[in-house]
Parts: sequence; structure tokens; C-alpha cells
Amino acid sequence: MSSESHDEQPRDAAHPTHDEIVAREGHDVEPAEPIDNPGLPEHLPRPTDVDPKLEKRAERQVAGMFTAAIVLAVGFCVAYFTVPKDAEIFGWFSLNLALGLTLGGALFLIGIGAIQWAKKLMADHEVIEMRHPARSSDEDREAALEAVDAGVDESGFGRRPLIRNSLIGAVAFLGLPAIVMLRDLGPLPGDKPFNTVWRKGMRVVNDVSGEPLSPGDIEVGQLVNAQPSVFFETDSHGHAVFHGTELLQAKAKASVIVVRIRPDDITPRKGQSNWDVDGIMVYSKICTHVGCPISLWEQQTHHLLCPCHQTTYDLADGGKVIFGPGHRPLPQLPLAVDEDGYLIATSDFREPVGPSFPEVHQNRD
Amino acid sequence: MSTTSTPLKDTGVGKKAAGPVEWLDDRIGLAGLVRKNIRKVFPDHWSFLLGEIALWSFVVLLLTGTFLTFWFQPSMAEVPYDGSYDPLRGLEMSQAYASTLNISFDIRGGLLVRQIHHWAAALFMAAIIAHMLRVFFTGAYRKPRELNWLIGIGLFAIGLIEGFAGYSLPDDLLSGTGLRFVDGLIRSIPVVGTYIEFFVFGGEFPGELIIARLYMAHIFLLPGLLLGLIAAHMVLLVYHKHTQWPGPGRTEKNVVGYPMLPVYAAKAGGFFFVVFGFTTLMAATLQINPIWAYGPYNPSEVTAGSQPDWYMGWVEGAVRIMPNWEFTIGPQTISLNVFIPAVLLMGILFTVLAIWPFFESWVTGDKKEHHLLQRPRNAPTRTAFGVAGMTFYGVCWIAGGNDIIALKFNLDIFTITWMARVLVFVGPVIAFIVTRRICISLQRKDNDAILHGYETGIIVRSAEGSYAEAHAPLPPEKAFALTARPRVPELTAPVSEDENGVANPDGRKARLRAWAKRFFYAHDVDKPTRFEVEDAAHHFHDDVYPPHDFPDDFSGVSETGVPKQH
Ligand code: HEM
Ligand code: FES
Repeated sequence: MSSESHDEQPRDAAHPTHDEIVAREGHDVEPAEPIDNPGLPEHLPRPTDVDPKLEKRAERQVAGMFTAAIVLAVGFCVAYFTVPKDAEIFGWFSLNLALGLTLGGALFLIGIGAIQWAKKLMADHEVIEMRHPARSSDEDREAALEAVDAGVDESGFGRRPLIRNSLIGAVAFLGLPAIVMLRDLGPLPGDKPFNTVWRKGMRVVNDVSGEPLSPGDIEVGQLVNAQPSVFFETDSHGHAVFHGTELLQAKAKASVIVVRIRPDDITPRKGQSNWDVDGIMVYSKICTHVGCPISLWEQQTHHLLCPCHQTTYDLADGGKVIFGPGHRPLPQLPLAVDEDGYLIATSDFREPVGPSFPEVHQNRD
Repeated sequence: MSTTSTPLKDTGVGKKAAGPVEWLDDRIGLAGLVRKNIRKVFPDHWSFLLGEIALWSFVVLLLTGTFLTFWFQPSMAEVPYDGSYDPLRGLEMSQAYASTLNISFDIRGGLLVRQIHHWAAALFMAAIIAHMLRVFFTGAYRKPRELNWLIGIGLFAIGLIEGFAGYSLPDDLLSGTGLRFVDGLIRSIPVVGTYIEFFVFGGEFPGELIIARLYMAHIFLLPGLLLGLIAAHMVLLVYHKHTQWPGPGRTEKNVVGYPMLPVYAAKAGGFFFVVFGFTTLMAATLQINPIWAYGPYNPSEVTAGSQPDWYMGWVEGAVRIMPNWEFTIGPQTISLNVFIPAVLLMGILFTVLAIWPFFESWVTGDKKEHHLLQRPRNAPTRTAFGVAGMTFYGVCWIAGGNDIIALKFNLDIFTITWMARVLVFVGPVIAFIVTRRICISLQRKDNDAILHGYETGIIVRSAEGSYAEAHAPLPPEKAFALTARPRVPELTAPVSEDENGVANPDGRKARLRAWAKRFFYAHDVDKPTRFEVEDAAHHFHDDVYPPHDFPDDFSGVSETGVPKQH
């Protein structure tokens, strides 16, 4: 276990000959090692070991780095109090640059200095330490087993199965409260994944301005991001109907896009033939893959591409997936025009929007 | 040249400290511990630094993360922003996002620390993976170090989750998109997906709890686990002592290197400052995760080209190239298009990594302790497996940027995706075959150098007028190092029945194992025998261009062709 510098060791003890290694390590595998272990090479002095001038220089170098680190640390404090927060340099925050360069420089110099010190000036004799096998000795194993046996015996753990088994049972049953306690982590899903805030008669409005959309606003080939009008409505106290987290939850399902395609080009899905208004169709904006909002529209091909994993939907073909990892077609919102000439939904989506889930094809109407 | 200094106990400091130190030793027996460990030997090699980088970047993460907690508010409550970043002022956003803006723009040094934290996280994962590859390709996980390998895999897995949790905290558009991905991923779990989703998010996505929950995981649960595992990793490292490369004077029974105090302590301690300094300089000059440019999370917006942190890129790629398989059986829908690449694949990766050491030792039947590392070439099949795995990972990772590649190189995205779909299977097979061939050639080259010396780069003209390159024998240390590796074991066919014609009861298993062993070793080139070496050395001197023609001080041209001087 002890470690000695090899210079003070007689060669042979630290560097067993080939035969000794074979004998000790039980290299019974023949044939013998092709080349004998020549032992640790002779220690060669470094330039700094033999030339006092170089030694002095290395010493000055190391101390110089440490001193520079002091200067930089002080520089950091000066920058902290003098550089204004909003100043910029090379299009980058001056304060961040000044603080980072001074602090980083100081840390770096301390590190390099220490390593340089170790490399150039500290004793560089390699040292040999013997290993021991990871396993404990046979006596230890024996004694350990005996000790355990004695303990087990005194407890009667083996002789009193009734106590033992009921204890094991009791501790195991404690797992139940631990699991049951987690029940209130969240509500049960219920019908929530099946519904959105869209209702019969709800207007389709521009997602930024909240203005209702009329068919004339949308040209063939155009795509408009839209939302249900309820997101822009206020209640009788003047508070937004949806706000904060609830708004985000509702948006995560109800966001839509409005596109207009020449009616001749459209092949609607079965039972959805009258869901458009003169080729204007409203589709869910939420990708059926893992739920990114979809935005990349190629008007010539009527393809809608999700920027996240490139699922591509053909909006002229009932939102069918034509490429990519998504599976379900993009849900379409049945559309009509109200008496004021604005686009409205005629119902909620008829199928769940967003990423698939185990119950997605169950009928919950 | 330095004169020995006065013993510590005779110096001024030593005299003052004697009292307290004695007090401590009386109580906790300090001297025993110090005596045993302070001159502990650590071997030196650049590749041993990789683990150290991981360790030190973790320390940097602890320090900078603690600083961030002073201001970060893990709340999803929506507030209007009134800080000093003009473009977002007045906008509704979560407190998490607002407080991250606050750290970035109103706390002096806050942006620096945020960026150090994020750079250190990227470095942490890179170092863990590089370190793991080093351990794999050198066989350092063999007995008795299998447990430390498992701990390492645990660190890798938890590190991934920790990084993802941190990435989600600021609640900007990118991190919200990442969470949406996780939401879809959870939903894809068969049967219980929807329930787990509601439990994890505390209701429908995004809910108002997930940031607070991730925060707890990010600053307490996961760092706690990481800390515990790292401690265990270090304890085992000290107990087993570090592995070393074979070389003159080094055996399976010893460890050769520098003592803990002073050299190793100075180098390792210095290295901490280098890592901290390096990440700080990066944070000073290179922008990372400019959350103010993305805006607050909004489930109806996304930025094109949105990318996760690099270490999650391969999952992203696997998700992108997966065909869109989804099945409905009775009332249940199973989204294999998400479940396989996102959930299963990660499970498979970590499982394969975890069982590898045990699998290899089952195949090779090798139950001995190993403390000398193997060069990758000397375990061709293992190395080939490793490179095949890296190829798989690499193809996935590249596929994760298929949109960016399409844009940059003006290629069709569908073509790239299809290429990746094919390459992800073909690539690893090709990589396996090529790597194994390369390893075997390198083994041959080593044997050649041992037996016939190395090429000196000197062209000699023979008496008959022909030209040839002179070879010189390797220096003995070098030749020894090349031969210091286990022999290729004898490969015997398993007996299917014994001499009495009774079928071997373990026949099937034994045959499978023999086949696996043959597959593992069959192509390996064994090192020369002692006889071959002695025979070759003998011939060297009768050669047409004997090396003793060289001047006395000639010690050859190095393998790179540079003349060596004494
Ligand atoms: C292996 C360890 C860790 C990794 C990989 C990691 C990773 C990350 C990442 C990628 C971020 C996003 C930073 C950004 O805004 O760009 C982050 C944020 C954060 N981390 Fe960590 N982290 C680690 C440990 C810790 C620890 C130990 C703490 C606290 C004790 C901590 C506290 C925080 C806080 C408060 C934030 C949010 C503040 C912000 O985003 O500006 N982290 N972390
Ligand atoms: S979320 Fe749209 S393709 Fe994955």
C-alpha cells in the first residue's frame, strides 16, 4: 500500500522481472510474454531542474499569472460599478463582456498558473503504488458471514416467520399510502382532451387584432392565423373571459388557420363536404404529431408543413398527412357565415385536436 | 534545484495550527486518513481529463445555479412585464419568464452567470459522453469497475433530464415548445398516457404547475441524485485506483503516476479554474439561449428552426425520421410514431449501455480483474460496436437538423429524411465492418513494427544497386508497450455431446456462447510469440541493411519522420 518514489526503491522490487510477473499474476496462459517488461524508464531531469535561470524564469511566469489574476479580479469590480447596464459594444452587452473577460481571465490564469507550477517546478518523479484486489480476503468474508449469522440468529429473524412476514407485509403496504398520496397531482382527463372552446355560432377572428373575418377578406391561396372570438371577449365586469393559464390551455387546443383553396381543387373527407365556405376552410393549427403550432404554407401545392418535425398535411385533401411522422389528419372545423357575413363555426371540432393519446379514437360525443 | 523546506510543524503557521489540528485528530483520527491518501498515485493521460471536465463543470453548475436561484421565480402566474427590456415591456408573460428577463437585463452579471450556467450544462453533457466513450473504447469498465460504469450511465441519464428541466425553466417560446414535445411524448405512452399527462402537468397542457415542479427537480432532486452518484463514483475510483495504459514498469499489479499532493492536486485543482475560466470566457463572448429574442411561451406560436439543446438533438432526429405508425386496437390507440423514437429508444440506449460490460464478459468468459487499459485497436469487435453505436447516434443527431440542412444546402427535406431513414440502419453496419477492418490492420502494423522495426525514412542502396528503406528496431520500451496486451484466447468449438454420446445439457447455450466468442475474437491478430520476437531480432542483424550501419548517436527517425536526437 505504501508508495515510494522509484529512485529510492531497489529496481527489482518495484519492477518485477517478466518471470516474477508471470508467477505472481498467474499468467498460466502460454506462450510467454514476447518482450520482458523493461521497468520504469530512467527519470530525466527537466530543463528547469538543471538550469537555475530557467527555474527562476518559470517561477516568475507562474507568479506573474497569479498577479495578473489579482489585477483582473479588481478589474471585475471596477467594471461592475462603472459600465452601464445598457451600454453595447460590437452589438453585444458591454457589461457582460467586461465582467466575463475579467472574471474568466482571472480564473483561467489561476488554473494555468497552478498547472504550470506542477509541470515545471514541482518534483516530477513518477511514483509506484501497488494495487490490491478489489475483493476482501477470505478471512474477512468468513468473519463477515459469521457476524451476520450471529445477528440474524439473535434476532430470531429466521425462527419467527410470523413476525418476519408480517413485518415485511407491513412495510410493503406502506407503499399504498405513498402511491395514493400522489392522486391529487392532477385531475383525471375526463372529456377535456376531446373538447375545445369552439361552439356553434362562434366567430373566427384574426389572431392578432381580434377582428372577425368575412369571406371577402381571404383570397385564394392565402392563409390567416385565427382564434375563436371568445379569446377577445370580456365579461360584464370588463375582465377578459379567458386569461392567464386558462387562456394558454384553451389556445393550445383552439388555435386555427383559415385557408382558401379553389373549390374545384378540394376533395373533402367523407361527411365534411359542406364544411367549407366557397373554398374557405378552417383547420386546427395544432399538429397531430406532438402539438407544435403549424405555420409553413405552400399555396401552390396546398401543403401545410409543421416546422417541428416536418409532418406535411394536404389541406385540399381533408388535411391528410402526406409526409412525416404525424399520423392523424389535421382536424377541420365546420364553417358557415352568420347573418352579418362573418365566418362562424357550426360546432366544436368533431374529433380531438393535437397529439394523439390512447383514447383518441373513442367516441365521446 | 530547490532546497528542502522546513517541516510543516516547525514553521510559524505549523506551530499555530498544531493545537486545532491535534484537537481534530483527537476526535476524528485525521492523520490516518491523510497518511493513506495524500500521496495516492494518479496516472496521467490526456483522456483521463474528460471525466474531470465533467466533474468540474458540475461544480460550476452548482455555483452558478445557486446564484440564479436568488432571483428566479418558478411561477407560471401571468404578469405584465415592466423591466428594462423595451421590446417586451407591457406584455403579459409568466413570472418565470419575467424573472429570467430580470436576471438578464437588470441584475448586473446576471446574464453572464446565466450564460456560464448554460455553457457549463452543454459542456457537462459533452464531457460525460466523451468520458463514457473513452471508458468504453479502452475497456476501462471491465472487472472490477462494472459498478462505476453503471453509476456513470446513471449520471448520463440524469444529466440529460436535468439539462432538459433547466432548459424548460425560463418559459420562453423555445422552452415551451420543448415542453409541448414532452407533452406529446407522454401522451404516446400506451394505455395510461393521458392520465400521466394530467398528473405531470397538473391538468391540461401547459397548466400552471409544471415550471414549479421542474424547478424542484432541477435544483433539488436531480442535483441531489447527481451529487450522490458522483460521490459514489469518486469513492469507487479511489478504492479501485485509476486504470493505466500499459508501458514500461506498469503491470496489472501496480499503478504508476504522480502523487495526489502536490502534483495531482495542483493539476486537478488548476484544471477546475481552467474549466470555470473557459466557460466564463465563453459566456462573456458567445451568446447562448437569448430568451428575450424568442418571446414568452404561446401555444399558438413557434419559431422555425427551433432546436433543443445539443444533447437532446438525437432524440429529436429519431422522432423526425420515424415513419408515422399509429394503430388503434379496440378502444386503444398506440402512437408508435412517437413512443418508439422518444420513449423506447432512450430506454434501449441506456439498457444497452448498462448491460454491455456484463454481456462482454459473458461472451469472452473473462472474469479476471483488469487495470491496464486496452487500445481500441486491440479489441476490434468492441471498438466496431462502439463506432456503430456512434454512427447510429450521429445519423439521428444530423436528422434532428434536417430542416436546417435542407435550407443551408438547398436540398429537398423529404430526400434528406429518407436518406436518414436508410442510413440509420445501413450506416452502423458499414461502420462496424470498416472499423473492425481498420483495427485489424492496425494490429498487423503493430506486429510488423515489433518484429521488423519501423521505417526510418532513410533510403539505402545495396551493393547490388537496389534501393530500399532501412528499418530500425523499436526502442525496447515502445516494443514492450505494443506487446503488453492479453493474448487472443484459443477458440474451441463447444462439444455438443460427450465421449459417451450423451448430449451436452447446456448444448444450445454453450454453442451460442462459443459462437459469440468466435464472433468477438475470430479476426483479432494476436501479438507475436517470444520465439518470433527473438527470431526476428536475430534476423535484424543479418539483414542487408543492418541498422548498426547507422552512426552511434542515431536513434532513428520517429514514426512521423522527424529525426530523433539524443
Ligand atoms: C447537471 C447540472 C445542471 C444542468 C445540466 C443545468 C442546466 C440548466 C439549463 C440548460 C438552464 C437554462 C438556462 C438558460 O436560461 O439558458 C438552467 C436554468 C437554471 N438552473 Fe440549472 N443546471 C444544472 C444544475 C443546477 C443547479 C445545481 C441549480 C441550483 C442550485 C440550478 C439552477 C438553475 C436555475 C435557477 C435556472 C433558471 C434560471 C435561468 O434560466 O436563467 N441548475 N439549468
Ligand atoms: S409536432 Fe408537428 S411534426 Fe412533430
